[in-house]
Amino acid sequence: MNRLEQKTVKVVVYDGEGSQSISAEESYEAISGLLNNGFTVARITSKSELGISNTTPQLVLGKFDGKQLNGAESGAGASTVRLSEFPSSDPNTVSEIAEQYRQEQDAFDHSSWKPWFPVIDYDRCTNCMQCLSFCLFGVYGVDDEQQIQVQNQDSCKTNCPACSRVCPEVAILFPKYKAGPINGAPVSQDDLDREKMKVDISSLLGGDVYSMLRNRSVQAQSRFSKERSSDKALNERKKCLDKLKQDIDIPAEVLMSLPSSDEILEKAEQAKLRGEEALAAIRNSPNSSKLGSS
Amino acid sequence: MAENERILYCNCTYAKVVPEATKREVLKALCSSGRPFNAVADLCEMSARKDKTLGELAEVENLKVVACFPRAVHWLFSGSGFPLEKKQVQVFNMREKPAGEIISDLLETELQEADSAPATGPAS
Repeated sequence: MNRLEQKTVKVVVYDGEGSQSISAEESYEAISGLLNNGFTVARITSKSELGISNTTPQLVLGKFDGKQLNGAESGAGASTVRLSEFPSSDPNTVSEIAEQYRQEQDAFDHSSWKPWFPVIDYDRCTNCMQCLSFCLFGVYGVDDEQQIQVQNQDSCKTNCPACSRVCPEVAILFPKYKAGPINGAPVSQDDLDREKMKVDISSLLGGDVYSMLRNRSVQAQSRFSKERSSDKALNERKKCLDKLKQDIDIPAEVLMSLPSSDEILEKAEQAKLRGEEALAAIRNSPNSSKLGSS
Repeated sequence: MAENERILYCNCTYAKVVPEATKREVLKALCSSGRPFNAVADLCEMSARKDKTLGELAEVENLKVVACFPRAVHWLFSGSGFPLEKKQVQVFNMREKPAGEIISDLLETELQEADSAPATGPAS
């Protein structure tokens, strides 16, 4: 099972009928701690808001004084709800209680992944498949109607916004990116002009970044064969990586973790092929006028 | 509080792009308000997991989301398979707006509504 398909737990801070009041300070300490440990929390003030689920295990914390909260632990979702006493003396321990519950339920461990992945703005996307053709890591795919999709979020390389830099329509967001419009800020005409300039980086680099890698690799091999200098090879690689880092903001860690040039080229060819196949399918579909228009 | 209103607060736990002070002040205000609300560690993560809670929230008539840029919030919901109807949703951007302004807009609606509400029930 993909880790993103694992079940999660929900923590409910209950402050309503049948329990004693939780102060604002206690509530803040508890909820803040839970959020910082990756939990989803609902603060509710009525039993009717409990939203008992058959699928999501819920830990309900309140000042119940050992009493039952009628209706909370019965019905269709009874097995997924557990009442627990709110630790008034130390609200910070709420996170420990929740973590213990998560482990018992064998639920998703939030600390296992930093959520960094592209998000597509379909108001802007023209389904041109440049992102699909560019990404080496199989993050993108197409649905049954050949519409581009982000399919494998956890394959994305943390802090790498490179695919957004090759999108000609500024349609790819990374909500955690430092600057607009990639972070989701409104897109201005200046941004569009700048993006078009960035697309021209492709030609500057000789068609696309992978072509650049390929050419540099060939040139380097030619030189190495003459000079047989490993220092030259390292310098060449460093120059190439520095240029990529500067031009399309790929973090050094991502660049350094890339496979060998040959593997990159192979993956790039595969990605390009996926893009071409998707575009060909669009051209052959009855709705072809709606898609792939860029 | 307006009928069928729900507040969703995103803590953006795994990144440092939302000012800590803004998050702290807004969350404290929510806890002090006595209102029910949903708080998530990271809306991006929930979107990637296609969390059904997002589907429940997307159906709320008056949803108020306290997170980051509206464009990001809308497409994160959409990416999860639970698109938002833009007219229903108010997004408060903690990356750009000061906490005081967000709290005022988010929580004082109730007071404004009370002041302007007709004394004899809803208009026909």
